[in-house]
Amino acid sequence: MRTAPILDISGLKTVFRIGGRQVAAVQDLELTIASGETLALVGESGSGKSVTSLSIMGLLPRAVGKVAEGSILFRGKAGQARDLTKLDAEGMRHIRGNDIAMVFQEPMTSLNPVYTIGEQIAEPMRIHLRLSHKDAAAAAVKLLADVGIPDPERRARQYPHELSGGMRQRATIAMALSCDPVLLIADEPTTALDVTIQAQILDLFQKLQAERGMGILFVTHNLGVVAEIADRVAVMYAGRIVETGTVADVFRHPRHPYTIGLMRSVPRLGEATELRRKGIPLPTIAGSVPSLMLLPKGCSFAPRCPYAIDACRADVPPLYETGSGQKSRCIRWQEV
Amino acid sequence: MEEPLLSVRGLTKHFKPAGFSRGAVVRALEDVSFDVPRGKVVGLVGESGSGKTTIGRSVLRLVEPTSGEVRFNGIDLTKLSAAEMRRQRKSMQYIFQDPFASLSPRMTIGQILTEGLEIQRVGTRQERTQRAKAALEAVDLPADAFERYAHEFSGGQRQRIGIARSLALEPQLIVADEPASALDVSIQAQIVNLLRDLQIRLGLTMLFISHDLAVVEYICDTVIVLYLGRIMELAPSEQLYADPRHPYTRALLSAIPNPDPTKCRTRQILKGDIPSPANPPSGCVFRTRCPYAVERCAGVVPPLEEVSPGHFKACIRHEVSG
Repeated sequence: MRTAPILDISGLKTVFRIGGRQVAAVQDLELTIASGETLALVGESGSGKSVTSLSIMGLLPRAVGKVAEGSILFRGKAGQARDLTKLDAEGMRHIRGNDIAMVFQEPMTSLNPVYTIGEQIAEPMRIHLRLSHKDAAAAAVKLLADVGIPDPERRARQYPHELSGGMRQRATIAMALSCDPVLLIADEPTTALDVTIQAQILDLFQKLQAERGMGILFVTHNLGVVAEIADRVAVMYAGRIVETGTVADVFRHPRHPYTIGLMRSVPRLGEATELRRKGIPLPTIAGSVPSLMLLPKGCSFAPRCPYAIDACRADVPPLYETGSGQKSRCIRWQEV
Repeated sequence: MEEPLLSVRGLTKHFKPAGFSRGAVVRALEDVSFDVPRGKVVGLVGESGSGKTTIGRSVLRLVEPTSGEVRFNGIDLTKLSAAEMRRQRKSMQYIFQDPFASLSPRMTIGQILTEGLEIQRVGTRQERTQRAKAALEAVDLPADAFERYAHEFSGGQRQRIGIARSLALEPQLIVADEPASALDVSIQAQIVNLLRDLQIRLGLTMLFISHDLAVVEYICDTVIVLYLGRIMELAPSEQLYADPRHPYTRALLSAIPNPDPTKCRTRQILKGDIPSPANPPSGCVFRTRCPYAVERCAGVVPPLEEVSPGHFKACIRHEVSG
């Protein structure tokens, strides 16, 4: 029996003002995350995956971007669900870093170079949990140990530049976990890391989730990472979710031509030799991702889609239920 | 046997800290030797700091090697004067990773494509334009791109322009340094296919630098695995992926997330970080993270040994690496 979701987004539309025009970076977005569950948000650049996470966090650049429609219901530590789009700046400040924490792609840019690692991990605990300096410092050392940093007392006294890339990302994860968040948003947290270090960090996410049971929204462009880490996946294209379902279902039976194209265009290790020997080109998706300012009428993927017919260009397709919670935004999902 | 187009012997590069800073010497490359036969693609793979880009740049002398030989058509490039080297560069071209940084925003695509030809004094103005247009066609870009500027193109198109620029000189050797890594997944495959197609059609010889082992498997005949500036393993592509011998190669291959959730994960996770190239471990540079390291590994730099024809590994733990 699944518990009520901790995050329930419906009808989300996030717009940016560009040159006097309003451009929707995310629209018709529905998603839920339960505690203990990892949802991967996959897509290429401009698909809206990062804008989705910034919308949840209330971190959109205020001058140009805003949530125009929809609700983001979040059930925090207090227990009752609140709509984050209705909270004021003060209300959001109590949630950020406390109920919802975030890990970014570049650990060097999300750490402050002039404070020690220990001080930075302790800060949210002093603010949100009102721990004393001494208690927060001790808790920071313990967190560093939890995220697998050897010799945590010494590391806590060091500055970000004294740590390797993988260590820094572990430190930002420790910081995110400091107030025991209900939801962790990880935006491409392993993209800047080498593969052997990526494997360590993915392993760490899984271990920490098993221990603490938080929900994770994992934003990535890497399908391999999705398969390793997520329970469910939502594939985004040009601002909309085009397919969603459990990782097992979506990877085994993708029901949207974009998902299919994306999966095929990633060469698989151990299979590429065979293709090369036979002189078969790698499968590709023709064309390129459309500009959000010049989206075609109807299905945004239609111009690149091998299955497109006239009906695809008439209206934006709804998300069709294709079975056991899997959904596809394709009118021809039964044929693809 | 035919002489290889490129033959690298004992290539070593130490970066010395500039000025009065007291930093240690960075040992980017140590004693690297390999051949690139004509018409073949050799892949250089490894994580950051492994030296793959330094090899690519040393070959064109975009960085000066500290010692070692780089023989191109039998000529040792490291001994050439600047003017002689410039003449050789006509036959060797570089494709850069970032198509946003490698194209001048102030030049038209036509100017970008003909600049190299002008510098090398190839043909008349008309002939240069013709060759540049032919190069645009070869990378599937429309002829009207000639008058336009780089910012008018998408990332994938810009990378095609970068490829066209290197093709315009009709080089014998292309060094492609992560040519698809900055691009979106759906565009990467397009660029990889284009390079593979050009390589076959034009009989190009290529040094292909990448951290993406699946792409390397698709495009390369031979693969060299580097770690901290040294060759760990060198093998024909088929053999490297089917039968990796070096513990590092095995760990690297198993670290790559598999986009198939049904495959069971027998991932072997390496402990610790890549050491600093300013202070590499003694003996085998991989020993600090190697699950099979024994005391002997700290004492000797393992030589590259041939385990089967064309397949070399640098590991003294024969009971593990065969």
